[in-house]
Amino acid sequence: MVRGISYQGVFRRAFIDSFRKLDPRLQYRNPVMFVVEIGTLVTLIMSLDPRVFGGPADSGARGYDVLVTVILIVTLLFANFAEALAEGRGRAQAESLRRTKAETVAHRIDESGAKLGDVPASRLHKGDLVRVDAGELIPADGEIVRGVASIDESAITGESAPVIREAGGDFSSVTGGTRVLSDWIEMRVEQEPGKSFLDRMIALVEGAERQKSPNELALTVLLAALTLIFLLVIDTLPPMAGYLHASLSVATLIALLVCLIPTTIGALLSAIGIAGMDRVIRFNIIAKSGKAVEAAGDVDTLILDKTGTITLGNRMADAFQPMPGVAYEDMVHAALLASEHDETPEGKSIVVLAEREGQHVAAGELDGASPIVFSAETRRSGVLLASGREIAKGAVDVIRRAAEKSGSPIPPELDAVTEQIARSGGTPLGVVEDGKVLGVIHLKDIIKSGMQDRFAALRRMGIHTVMVTGDNPLTAATIAREAGVDDFIAEAKPEDKMRRIREEQADGRLVAMTGDGTNDAPALAQADVGLAMNSGTSAAKEAGNMVDLDSDPTKLIEVVSIGKQLLITRGAITTFSIANDVAKYFAIIPAMFVTAVPALQALNVMHLTSPQSAILSALIFNALIIPALIPLALRGVRYRPMGATEMLRRNILIYGLGGVVLPFVGIKLIDLALTALGLARI
Amino acid sequence: MTWQGLLGDALLLVVVTLAAVPVGRYMYNVFEGDRSLLDRVMGPLERGIFRLAGIDESQGMDWRSYAIAFLLSNLAMAVVVYLILMFQQDLPFNPARLGPVAPTTIFNTVASFVTNTNWQVYSPEQTLSNLSEFALQFLQFATPAAGLVVAIAFVRGFVAGRRDLGNYYRDLVRALTRIFLPIAFIAAIALIATGVPDTLSGSVIAHTITGATQTIARAPAAGFEAIKQLGTNGGGIFNVNSAHPFENPGPLSNLIEEFLMALLPTSLVFTFGHYIKNRRQAWIIFGVTMSLMVVLLLVIYSAEAAGNPLVHRLLGVAGPNWEGKDTRFGISGSSLFTTLTTAYTTGAVNTMHDSLTPLGGLVPLFEMMLNTVFGGKGAGLLNILMFFIISVFVTGLMVGRTPELFGKKIEVREVTAAAAAMLVHPFIILAATALALSTAAGRAGIFNPGFHGISEVVYAYASSAANNGSAFAGLGASSPFYAISTGIVILLGRYLSMLLLLYIAGSLLAKKTVPASTGTLRTDTWTFGWIYLGIVLIVGALTFFPVLALGPIAEQLAMLAGRVF
Repeated sequence: MVRGISYQGVFRRAFIDSFRKLDPRLQYRNPVMFVVEIGTLVTLIMSLDPRVFGGPADSGARGYDVLVTVILIVTLLFANFAEALAEGRGRAQAESLRRTKAETVAHRIDESGAKLGDVPASRLHKGDLVRVDAGELIPADGEIVRGVASIDESAITGESAPVIREAGGDFSSVTGGTRVLSDWIEMRVEQEPGKSFLDRMIALVEGAERQKSPNELALTVLLAALTLIFLLVIDTLPPMAGYLHASLSVATLIALLVCLIPTTIGALLSAIGIAGMDRVIRFNIIAKSGKAVEAAGDVDTLILDKTGTITLGNRMADAFQPMPGVAYEDMVHAALLASEHDETPEGKSIVVLAEREGQHVAAGELDGASPIVFSAETRRSGVLLASGREIAKGAVDVIRRAAEKSGSPIPPELDAVTEQIARSGGTPLGVVEDGKVLGVIHLKDIIKSGMQDRFAALRRMGIHTVMVTGDNPLTAATIAREAGVDDFIAEAKPEDKMRRIREEQADGRLVAMTGDGTNDAPALAQADVGLAMNSGTSAAKEAGNMVDLDSDPTKLIEVVSIGKQLLITRGAITTFSIANDVAKYFAIIPAMFVTAVPALQALNVMHLTSPQSAILSALIFNALIIPALIPLALRGVRYRPMGATEMLRRNILIYGLGGVVLPFVGIKLIDLALTALGLARI
Repeated sequence: MTWQGLLGDALLLVVVTLAAVPVGRYMYNVFEGDRSLLDRVMGPLERGIFRLAGIDESQGMDWRSYAIAFLLSNLAMAVVVYLILMFQQDLPFNPARLGPVAPTTIFNTVASFVTNTNWQVYSPEQTLSNLSEFALQFLQFATPAAGLVVAIAFVRGFVAGRRDLGNYYRDLVRALTRIFLPIAFIAAIALIATGVPDTLSGSVIAHTITGATQTIARAPAAGFEAIKQLGTNGGGIFNVNSAHPFENPGPLSNLIEEFLMALLPTSLVFTFGHYIKNRRQAWIIFGVTMSLMVVLLLVIYSAEAAGNPLVHRLLGVAGPNWEGKDTRFGISGSSLFTTLTTAYTTGAVNTMHDSLTPLGGLVPLFEMMLNTVFGGKGAGLLNILMFFIISVFVTGLMVGRTPELFGKKIEVREVTAAAAAMLVHPFIILAATALALSTAAGRAGIFNPGFHGISEVVYAYASSAANNGSAFAGLGASSPFYAISTGIVILLGRYLSMLLLLYIAGSLLAKKTVPASTGTLRTDTWTFGWIYLGIVLIVGALTFFPVLALGPIAEQLAMLAGRVF
């Protein structure tokens, strides 16, 4: 979801930032580009005074040195721009989330509810109590301690329908920046200023303070090692060339160095990481660390709640099954009457189905009837008609007990029908009239549309899915089969989730799960990726390492894709960057030794016009490839779920082989352009 | 190239492959099996050795203890051999009454032999007494065994559920008693059968029909030759090494020697397959490595068979490049021997590498620069797996998961150590080459200035760094400058990377083994095998392209262009 961000502003600021980031103290974090910066400094000094590094005073190569310097500076600016642009977009995204927050005034209160005075929201501390009335903005993330209110969360979720939040239970947490629509609440602030989820998220997209994630760190090490190798290659070249009485210009050596060290990935690495975080925000998910997003890509096992994630929250009536000797119409009509007063989605669905079957409540039929309300004790609901008829529906064991109590015979078919419904994944709901079992309503779990495809995709990614449900094993197995999940835990208690996570982890697997309730918190903390629902308790939000502002548990699947995409993009551009070196060698080595080793001209396979144009072309290609790949770095390499080997083959063809071939074409084209511009011989 | 030549070469590679599979399984049994072939004979002997040395061989070691045991045992051996070489003139078994050895030569020789390199800056028959030769021969047994067991320890880091890297002393002793001694014994007898002499007597004086007298050096050659090849040592007992008729009398002995040097490093790949319980993986590594070696063999064979166009023009006849080769072995036997000796980092030579065509000479040089074409005892597999770590890291990212290798996650620590290990090899070769080419002492040793001189120098350091030991020759390697600098390169090339890899093994050992899923990057596929090879070649080529361009490539291009030096 994109909220009106001024991209023009982002570009302008990124442009200014690319110059600001030339500061060596900032460049130092990126070893590859730091080496480029030092090289630039050297050629810059040479452009000003060629004698500094032992060159002749008027070598006529000054124009060449200046050109090399300019290209190097542009290379640095491109790299900085990539990072600044990614930062700017992420920042804009995050700031639009909290834009409203800054000016909010908070009414502090004490434990008894007495007013303590107003303070700006930014001065609130963890543990402060605050009262928010209808029409006011909630000043900070926190938990309701008193009151019930409807709250407009559209500012962060984009969902316009208000939600109800109340003290106690699993719907007690509120987010700063959302608005109370009706009533009032008293809440406890749960975050220190500057430490809210949003603040943490913003820190993740700020290049300077960003913590590198583990894989990014490992890649940086590898890039530094490659840079060191090429530094060595270049450093040992002059003595070797000297033995052949060839002198090499310092600018050419620096040009070769910059071409060889992995500048492409070095320039884009940070942007890729930031853009990954940014993509997470676009999905309205707040990640607390880059590590969490990366871990999502590694997930082996996904533990999902059945209700609300795999199936719609409510079961729907699917069929009526009368017992032998009971007319179908009679049973449907009885079920209709028993459900007329039932406001639950299940009850409503029975009414809808009964009416579709042609049964309607006759005029006056329910006059004087009193509803039997569902209670935890009786576990049944229904209606007591004025005529004294009592029709009730409830779990089959409840109905059976009612029949037994009244002494009516229990139809022998009841068990068979019940089991058949359970086996097909449904929930049986018995209908009883004055102790006589009329039949069974087949309530069915409706699997959310598209879930089958998503689980199939997960299987192709190699992710094992586990469904957690309170249903009996028979029902659970059927739903699991229909939805296409690999495994299930039936009749699950909260601690079962935890146990399963521990088991999976003991086998070396990485586990992701979603949760919202307070009793999910330990499991969310234990899981490698815990996606907490924003609607959930603050304990859950604190325990998870990501929070979904839309409270849509299926988004875990998207997070996995984003995590994978992040890694793939890094790997692809690294491969591309290294593969590029082959062509650059063929351009630069013959050019370097054109006078000392004329035989090497046979390696000038691209037939570049002159030594200078060969070196400049390679260097310009090296610079231009950075902005050319910025869109890819920000968008990420397209990820489609497929097996690892297949994906590797595809990506190595595109980025490996492509990386070898493309620069041959690119360098040749630039050489032609330079020749046309008359810059080939200076 | 002739079809007979190709067939002969192909036949040998097939025989090596056929032997490597069972020998690989046997080696696994030696290190891990409860029972193995020679238990009855060697069991009591081994127990005696452990009791005598006071070693509890059942005690598993972590990477630190293993590394320390490896280093200390190497140091102890080095000191003993150092003393023997230093005082050989005063010690027995010196029938030829050879005098003291130059101090720089001793340093270089000890460094070279304790690291399984066998780079020789001296002429053995004119420098070393029989006792000194025996001391070196001891190292020719002990050091390949030491290299082999370090690789075994490293591989154990990948084995699921293991808590230690094994016991260094147990591994070392068993490698000697179960692998090196028995095979070398059989091989020596086979070599005697082909005409290789084995005697402790000194030189004989021969009177030729023209009336001149000739001093013919003799030596316990068969025993020396067997372990020289089997242990990928390569240090000859005669100066011209396997080109000497006493070391290598004919085509049959030549084939036996080629077989011996290829046997154990090839088998080790299959041993590795048993360790990680994935024989397919072993075949993939074998397949891509063998393919590379075959391609390189064809390059050198065709280059040597094509000969030198300059010579052709001069003589008016076209023909192969026979300079520095022996008709006993032919162009094909010489090319294969050269390819194998640098692939397996043996360092024995039956051909003068300095006399190869530039392109032909590039092959042995490039193999040592890559250092992963099967490689030497243990060191080869270590380098292959080090590049596996690098490859799996880069490509593993491309499938969207934290990279895993054989079920172990490859993270910052492993990448750092593997990248450092990857740096060592080019670093010591290029830095030392640059030093030699830019100093008077280094330049003084070069016999053939120009492009060929660069090849001579870089070959010396590549051979040292890869612990190969073969010489390109054409270089005054015995001068103090080269004796000391190659000695240092040899030591760094051996110990730095081995320590870094043991460190990785220690880190891997502590990790859980992640079960594979379809999302896991499988390394036992041909796709990954070729990618691995591509990365090895690209890193190797990118690192060494400039120096190769200035050496053999420039020379070859100049030769083809008709330029004479």
